[in-house]
Amino acid sequence: MSESLSRREWLKRAAVAGAAAAVPVGALGAQRPEQQARAGTSFATLAAAEGETLEAITARLIPTDEHGPGATEARAARYIDHALGGALAASLAAYRGGLAALDRFAETAAGARFADIPADAQDAVLRAVEHGSAAGFAGSAAFFAMVRSHTIQGTFSDPAYGGNEDFVGWELIGYPGVRTAVTPELQRMDVAPPARHVSAYDYPAFAAARTRRTRGR
Amino acid sequence: MAVELPRTDVAVIGLGAVGGVAALPLTEAGLQVVGLEAGRWQSARDHAPDELFNNYRGWPDSVQKANREVPVHRRNPSAPETRASLHPMMNAVGGTTLHYWAQSWRLNPWDFRVASETARRYGASRLPAGTTVEDWPFGLEELEPYYDRVEYAIGVSGQAGNVEGAVDERGNVFEGPRRRPYPMPPLRGTGFTELMTGAARQLGWHPFPGPAAVNSERYGERAACQYHGFCNRGGCHLDAKNSTAVTTIPRAQATGRLDVVTEAHVRAIRVDGDGRVSGVEYVKDGETYVQPASVVLLASYTYENVRLLLLSKSAACPRGLANNGGQVGRHYLSHAQLGGVTALFPHDLNRWYGLPAQGVAVDDWADDNFDHAGLDFIGGGNLWVYSDRRPIEAASMATFGRAPSWGSGWKAFVMENADRTCGSYLQKTTLPYEGNYLDLHPTITDPLGDPVCRITADYGENEHRINDFIQDRMEEWFRAAGAIDVIRGGLGTMGPTTHAYGGTRMGDDPETNVVDRWGFAHEAPNLGVLGASVMGTSGAHNPTLTAQALAWRTAEHLAANWRSIAE
Repeated sequence: MSESLSRREWLKRAAVAGAAAAVPVGALGAQRPEQQARAGTSFATLAAAEGETLEAITARLIPTDEHGPGATEARAARYIDHALGGALAASLAAYRGGLAALDRFAETAAGARFADIPADAQDAVLRAVEHGSAAGFAGSAAFFAMVRSHTIQGTFSDPAYGGNEDFVGWELIGYPGVRTAVTPELQRMDVAPPARHVSAYDYPAFAAARTRRTRGR
Repeated sequence: MAVELPRTDVAVIGLGAVGGVAALPLTEAGLQVVGLEAGRWQSARDHAPDELFNNYRGWPDSVQKANREVPVHRRNPSAPETRASLHPMMNAVGGTTLHYWAQSWRLNPWDFRVASETARRYGASRLPAGTTVEDWPFGLEELEPYYDRVEYAIGVSGQAGNVEGAVDERGNVFEGPRRRPYPMPPLRGTGFTELMTGAARQLGWHPFPGPAAVNSERYGERAACQYHGFCNRGGCHLDAKNSTAVTTIPRAQATGRLDVVTEAHVRAIRVDGDGRVSGVEYVKDGETYVQPASVVLLASYTYENVRLLLLSKSAACPRGLANNGGQVGRHYLSHAQLGGVTALFPHDLNRWYGLPAQGVAVDDWADDNFDHAGLDFIGGGNLWVYSDRRPIEAASMATFGRAPSWGSGWKAFVMENADRTCGSYLQKTTLPYEGNYLDLHPTITDPLGDPVCRITADYGENEHRINDFIQDRMEEWFRAAGAIDVIRGGLGTMGPTTHAYGGTRMGDDPETNVVDRWGFAHEAPNLGVLGASVMGTSGAHNPTLTAQALAWRTAEHLAANWRSIAE
């Protein structure tokens, strides 16, 4: 691989990640994540209303809070939306049905669509959905488990798939990043390997596989 | 109308772990071999370090034959059926050796003699009720030369524990004698494996680095492992994982006598009027071909070996090939390998890099390596911890009852603990039982209309008792290393797994076995069967190296006895 290219890329990424980390906690917490997301996201597979609901769910599952960015900044909903047009197409019907049922339940329980109710009411709705106790929403627990696992994928997977934007997911759990060679020092228990945030597909050896792998994401 | 191809000496069905090994001694002996492989060639550049692709999407740009014929499972004939979305194995030249963990164990001596050794040491009444276990037709000493050949042909890294009777405490002191050390030193340790090694020694146990078909140093033309991770269901971008696609298959091709046919979906083995096999029928690009062969070696996976025999019905074998005795599908077992213990430590472990084969093993509680006189089970388990963590897996960690499963509380928990947890891999003695078997599903088929395999099987009391005992030992080990909490996984049931044994068991008695001691069918002498489907016991260690040693032995026997078997 071209070492200079990857180092340049890495430095660029590191600068972005560093800038994000330097944002004061209060400033991040004060943002309206759902507004930010709606402004930036147009959905490729889901209808706009479905996408808004999904966006709002992911924002509660991995919230943006005093500990920093979450699924919104990682753009987990975009990852799911793209994947539903490709690798996760088999789940599209389950999403359509589940998002509609969840909005109906939110309207009954809290008087408005899920995206338009306050965070604590959203959490109450999600708890009911998670535990299968949401009236009129058959199979809600399986829907919840599916969305949770895909939200985790969208937050912590390789950014080539459209989520984990700016490596916020990897920063969150302290994953030191994709390397192609690891020295014994990087496997010691008393040292934390420095973060090296590049996509696997930024390595020239795998660049050719990127399009094939992430088509439809 | 099928296209009839020119005759070959040997047709091998499946170029994976075992077919890919057998091809080498066959071609080196001068035989012409056609290897029929459902998958395609994959290259190092396909093996990006990508967790989503490897662990969640099932290698979607590889051939998906296996995923279209996933076996159906039920615990017993009246239990509900379940069917997973992904098959545990994959299709490619090299098969699942492309993405396996590459742990390359020999079985211990006891595993070949479970029935007689149990009777001798504790009395025959200690064999669990309903088990159909038999001794193997030979002991470890018969297989040792073939283990040795495979270890050197593919390349295995490890620390010997017993070379010609000289026990070495750095290795597995419980292993049977080997003629020489491994061809490469073991994979290196990590800070975490050193912690666990020290804790095991404190307990008076015998920890050691496990054997792996991964290069700890340059081996021939191929590079050493770089420990970057993503080896767990991932291919190696350096060809440092010793899949048959980069080891024995290219060497067999270099003889000029191996013809690799990719994307060949085999549907039946053909039989002549005398009950001898005459060739193989397969579909490629929508066209049906018949490959005539003097000898056929069936080398797909356990479920597919059984399935293909049962699908190969003829006038001579109305119940399926080699099944007039009704033994095909019997003595099935799926390794008791779930039921792990997961620990939480009060500090980071730095398990982000490495590979599942880079770890430390304890064999003190495996097989009959400890006295069972006061216990209510036979057998035991191997304890294994290793360095391998990937980001999606890490974020999906258990919360030990200390945090909710989503929201700010969950997020704070994983931020603190993502690198403080560690699972364990506990492989346990698993026995065959009367009620456990494989057959064809009566209604569910693959896209060609061929029935998929049906598993009817569950663990017995013996497996559950071992599980409880082994989880206690694993918890003891983690606690000694400083873990502050543990959770125990359930053992599950005998659904489709990467460690499926039996179905075409090897033995001298044709009443209870499908193949003879050399791996050839009692009912069809020019049909050989390769793979763990011939194994009658599991031991407490990964099966691949044993299946490969058996495959090499069958191939060598065939070459040495060509006229009597083929003509």
